[in-house]
Amino acid sequence: MSLTAKDKAFVKAFWGKISGQADAIGQEALGRMLIVYPQTKIYFSDWSDFSLDSPQVKKHGKTVMSAITDAVGKMDDLTGGLSTLSDLHATKFRIDPVNFKILSHNILVTLAVHFPVDFTAEVHVAVDKFLAAVSAAIADKYR
Amino acid sequence: MVEWTEFERATIQDVFSKMNSDVVGPQALARCLIVYPWTQRYFGNFGNLYNAAAIMGNPMVAAHGKTVLGGLDRAVKNMDDIKGTYAELSVLHSEKLHVDPDNFRLLADCLTIVVAAQMGAGFTPAVQAAFQKFIAVVVSALGRQYH
Repeated sequence: MSLTAKDKAFVKAFWGKISGQADAIGQEALGRMLIVYPQTKIYFSDWSDFSLDSPQVKKHGKTVMSAITDAVGKMDDLTGGLSTLSDLHATKFRIDPVNFKILSHNILVTLAVHFPVDFTAEVHVAVDKFLAAVSAAIADKYR
Repeated sequence: MVEWTEFERATIQDVFSKMNSDVVGPQALARCLIVYPWTQRYFGNFGNLYNAAAIMGNPMVAAHGKTVLGGLDRAVKNMDDIKGTYAELSVLHSEKLHVDPDNFRLLADCLTIVVAAQMGAGFTPAVQAAFQKFIAVVVSALGRQYH
């Protein structure tokens, strides 16, 4: 399910609208994931606070969302562009790829909450495909 | 039997009582047909599903969206026996409609996103958790009678 030119255009245009709030979106999406899918907390066993406004959730949400924002500029070669991050996830973090889908879902929910008008069905399918492509690129080096 | 906390029961009743089902049902189904276009396979006689605008404006999609949400309402009113409430509907989806049960999950995800957009900040993580648990129970009940 590769990204068409239309998908890339929709993603770029929408990201232009949300980029000012990217950090907050990352924080909320991560926070939602940890609450709604508590099994995901196992990857953060050294954290003390999993609430939405915890400094750990805020910092890590920003890290993840910044990387995703970067990926918007790499849509023509996500596998190549995310190669280093893929190595990291494969050898150090070893996050089961099923969790990429879970985080992606929570990013979509967060976008729907904060951009109910701009997050149209056409934007939704483009962003869903983009996040799936990013997830595949991150999992590329797993085996 | 599914155990519900008081918070979960109250949240489900609250979310559905405030929901504009004439809007949410049609939007959720339309979104499912747009975001997961292979689900259109079940609606060959619905006329023009050619693009997102056509799907969003299609009156048969809207009518069917309302039907689906009406079905959900039965679960809202029978939270302690969703399995029993949905037994016939499950047989219908398996034997007559031949719907891949994974597609229930896809529609459920679209419904979650439409409700999130409607409720905004009121769709807190705790509300999201209760809503998704409820929807997961419905999806599971719908898939139970498949053979």
